[in-house]
Amino acid sequence: MSYPNDFKYTKEHEWIKADGKTATIGITDHAQEALGDIVFVELPKVGTEIQKGKTFGSVESVKAVSDLYAPASGTVTAVNGELTTAPEKINKEAHAAWLIKITLKDPGELNSLLPAADYEKFVAEEV
Amino acid sequence: MSAAEATINTVRKTALNGVHRKMGAKMVDFNGWDMPVEYPSVGGIIAEHNAVRRGVGIFDVSHMGDIRLSGRDALAAVQHISMNDASRLAVGQAQYSALLYPQGTFVDDVVVHRLGDDDYLLVINAGTREKDVSWVRDNTAGFDCKVENLSDDFTQIAIQGPKGVELLQKLTDADLSSVKFYWLTRGTVCGLRDILIARTGYTGEDGFEIYIPSDEETSTRVWNEIFDAGKEFGVVPCGLGSRNTLRLEAKLPLYGHEISDTINVWEAGLDRFCKMDKPDFIGRAALEKARQEGIIRTLVGLEMIERGIARDGYKVLDEASREIGYVTSGSFAPFLKKNIALAYVPPQFGNIGSTVKVEIRGQGVSAQVVPTPFYKRPKRA
Repeated sequence: MSYPNDFKYTKEHEWIKADGKTATIGITDHAQEALGDIVFVELPKVGTEIQKGKTFGSVESVKAVSDLYAPASGTVTAVNGELTTAPEKINKEAHAAWLIKITLKDPGELNSLLPAADYEKFVAEEV
Repeated sequence: MSAAEATINTVRKTALNGVHRKMGAKMVDFNGWDMPVEYPSVGGIIAEHNAVRRGVGIFDVSHMGDIRLSGRDALAAVQHISMNDASRLAVGQAQYSALLYPQGTFVDDVVVHRLGDDDYLLVINAGTREKDVSWVRDNTAGFDCKVENLSDDFTQIAIQGPKGVELLQKLTDADLSSVKFYWLTRGTVCGLRDILIARTGYTGEDGFEIYIPSDEETSTRVWNEIFDAGKEFGVVPCGLGSRNTLRLEAKLPLYGHEISDTINVWEAGLDRFCKMDKPDFIGRAALEKARQEGIIRTLVGLEMIERGIARDGYKVLDEASREIGYVTSGSFAPFLKKNIALAYVPPQFGNIGSTVKVEIRGQGVSAQVVPTPFYKRPKRA
């Protein structure tokens, strides 16, 4: 699996794609693979403030519950409602099945996240 | 101490460990055993689960233990240490039962197979192997009965699902159509003579469990032959993940969850497997007393009404958010496509249709008490 170069990654396996002040957040292909069949997502409501490094929701597979950690701080502007009824979309296309969109509080926060090559290396070493 | 009893702290492997790894299984430590939890290459837990409901799946359950009791007093010994009535077993028949502590709580649940006139095989759980063997030895010392720990002698393969009978029939000379559910026979399987074939399982589905020699070469060959013979039925290898969701839909108890050394037979709702009218057995007196006193909690089936999945250990709350019990097992149910759970609650909350809450990440999420088993297999002609 290739990790898009225009995404940044966390060591907790979220990805974030920024476009100016707006950013889209999801979980990585590695995360979906480790979790197995995803059957439930719990996401914040539009308008919720999320904080970098803090949990903003959870994803659950048949076997496991996994917290979601915010890659950056900001305000939720959109939630991918499709995942409520079809959470398995994350298994199929983790890098397209986004979870939330936020308005970034400080785009500079993304500088501390991992670029694709570093994340790929991190994942390879984790196993 | 036997070799098996001396290796408590090392990770144990079944003879099929290499096969699982080759098939790309995700492995986990289960009670000290390195076991497959799922096979992502065949689609993972949900696909495995539904293959067993609709077709056939195969499981390596060699981590299960086996204790043989044989000799003149074998029946009396089995009767003394187990709660079901083994005197009702014909040769070639099996029954669900349990070993109890004097308090009426569980040492383990077991399947008792009557192999011969004075010959019984107890199939026991992986996590309780050593404890069970010691328990059985200690409590049958006064009987003229030989107790053998055969746990390491068998590779146990479960072939489960409505197509299981057709699959296994391709590989054996035994007439499987004449073997009823919870009966057993012996026959040649994959060229191996005199193999124990039991029509048992832990999935809520029809199926068989076979007991073959535990050397790696034989085990691998048989597993592969079953797999090849099953291709026309869409057979998939299944791990502990689907084993758990399958048994949960069928409300089959799991030791350490629905039953344990602190839960008694009445609370667990296993009354019909506990025969109070048979000769005395360990735990009987305490159960007699407990029956008169009444139970303070009961095992119920829950179906989530609001969004959320109840998980093992989550608290159960009443409408006023007071803690009243706990979840013993909970999951998304892959065949029923619902979020279900088993939980202990006081009897007054156990009526079908009543609502409770499950505390999920600090929030009370509504659930309804529903009839169990959640899934019952359709009767087939």
